[in-house]
Amino acid sequence: MAKDLVKTLADLKEQEVIRIVEERLKAKEDPVRILEDARKGMEMVGKRFASGEYFIPDLVYSGEILKSVTDLVKPKLTKETESKKLGKIVFGTVAGDIHDIGKDIVVFMLDVNGFEVYDLGVDVPAQKFVDKVKETGASIVGLSGFLTLAFDSMKQTMDTIKAAGLRDKVKVMIGGGQITDEIRKYTGADAYGKDAMTGVSLAKKWTGAK
Amino acid sequence: MEKQWAEMTSDEKQEARFQKWLSPEGVKFVSSEAERLYKERGTRIKDAIQMKKKPDRVPVLLIPSFAPAFYSGLTPRTVMYDYEKANQAWKKFYLDTQPDAHFGCVAPGPGPFFDILDYKLYKWPGHGVPPESTYQAIEGEYMTADEYDALIQDPTYFFTTKYLPRIFGALESFKQLPNLTTYVEMYGTGITFFPYGLPDVQAAFKKLVEAGSEALKWMGYFGAFMKEMTELGFPAGQGGYTKAPFDIIADTLRGTKGIMLDMYRRPDKLIQAMDAMLPFWIQKGVIEADMNSNPLIFIPLHKGADGFMSDEQYKRFYWPYLKKIILGLADEGVVPFIWAEGGYNSRLEVIRDLPKGKTAWLFDIVDIAKARKALDGIACVCGTMPTALLVIGTPQQARDHAKKCIDVAGKGGGYIMSNGAFFDRVKWENLKTIVETVKEYGVYKR
Repeated sequence: MAKDLVKTLADLKEQEVIRIVEERLKAKEDPVRILEDARKGMEMVGKRFASGEYFIPDLVYSGEILKSVTDLVKPKLTKETESKKLGKIVFGTVAGDIHDIGKDIVVFMLDVNGFEVYDLGVDVPAQKFVDKVKETGASIVGLSGFLTLAFDSMKQTMDTIKAAGLRDKVKVMIGGGQITDEIRKYTGADAYGKDAMTGVSLAKKWTGAK
Repeated sequence: MEKQWAEMTSDEKQEARFQKWLSPEGVKFVSSEAERLYKERGTRIKDAIQMKKKPDRVPVLLIPSFAPAFYSGLTPRTVMYDYEKANQAWKKFYLDTQPDAHFGCVAPGPGPFFDILDYKLYKWPGHGVPPESTYQAIEGEYMTADEYDALIQDPTYFFTTKYLPRIFGALESFKQLPNLTTYVEMYGTGITFFPYGLPDVQAAFKKLVEAGSEALKWMGYFGAFMKEMTELGFPAGQGGYTKAPFDIIADTLRGTKGIMLDMYRRPDKLIQAMDAMLPFWIQKGVIEADMNSNPLIFIPLHKGADGFMSDEQYKRFYWPYLKKIILGLADEGVVPFIWAEGGYNSRLEVIRDLPKGKTAWLFDIVDIAKARKALDGIACVCGTMPTALLVIGTPQQARDHAKKCIDVAGKGGGYIMSNGAFFDRVKWENLKTIVETVKEYGVYKR
């Protein structure tokens, strides 16, 4: 009898996860159910991170395990499964800054938690955020930055969003190594997140998702 | 008679290094005032670190990255390419702010050097990022997961034939170089050395010679700056740097994601690799301390910060090897100036496990009262200047913050006020206010 995939993934047992998934696929189980279990496992990983039991290496590793699961399951999916997204988010590291580790982790956790994330990458000019919001109708913008110089880039991005008449249409979260609530006030953003799961909580709150 | 170096205890070695630093050879100070200030400043820092004597007041340090360029209205691009302008900007920054030490003008580095060698590891101003931005590393796997054994068995050969060809486009052909550790006799010589005759290898060496000349040119300016600052009465706050083994592997070999997966998938190889790095990186610190007659060797810490790993992971992968670097330096009388960038609140208990008066710990985001309590009597505590305070705070907030730090961390010595994260563009008034506040408020009663 295969062990519980949800718990095994949450416990980060890579080899066992792969074995369980292979067994369940062999037993001709609906691949959608396997992915659903994997998603639940990732939810537990997120909870453990938020509670201080897990740290960044554990998040990163869980992402790799999930990728292995998806790679195994994807070819067996008969039709493209439409999962309902919780909301659209435009995300990027602000102009002049090319740091991406923190951003990538937040984007990954938002994606795993059911958001449609448009990742614009690093060194993103202010106007590009505006253009993408207009194109996608996203209701949330995430600005990442590690350098002290990023504080001003974030502020400029906020000003550009305002000038484009989008300020009432989007909520903006910021984050990065040296970001504090004072910096949030300085930039004019709505909130700052100290880590990936705070970002997920904010996005859920803003979209009214549970 | 003077004791031979090998017979001296680590305490004696440390004292000898400090004395050499306090009385630099062949220096002609610009005035007797400058000479007095040099000795006062150096002694203040020494006393704070050794904790044998209370200093006359709390020392204050400013360790900028590109801040002096912005202070002089120059772009980072300009100071990477115009060495004279860099020297002038750095000098102006230190003369205007008057801290207790200077930190060289090493941060910008020789821009043309990186052009010549087609450097791939970073983007720098005007080369991938705007001229107004600072250089930034490009995350990546510059060593693959299956290369651990090659690194462990022969680090130097690995760096020469695998790492350098990847980070310098112009040195790509170095991957063909022979391993000279296997050359001992006449027989077979031609076979060993023929790669040096290959056209692409020779082209790489020509580039290396050209780049070396540029580095030497830059060193001329750098050396002149160091000499002038000493003559003006500012001791150098840094004699060189080394790194924590975990960060050596994490930062620019395996990358952040790579090493985090290695902690799970190949923990033993990771540990062996960190062990393999130890002798090189201890020696680097000692050599630089010798070369610059300066006991203070920086160790910037990165991936062991709060949140980057669990307590258990820190104790298994990070601390034991950092500790070996620290003790290796301290045994030679070198003073590790450990720079805990990011948060370090969760590590304070672990890092207490050190001999007394051998290290200084520079904190960025930490409860300074807790840090002082944890390291009381063990190590000098340095910090903090929160980046947000420097960039958007008011002078009043800067003054209040400095006073609070002195109150909670400065009692009886063993404390230095310093920034804990590199800063670029800040409110200069806030910096100056902190320095002035420390000088007024941080005086110890005799």
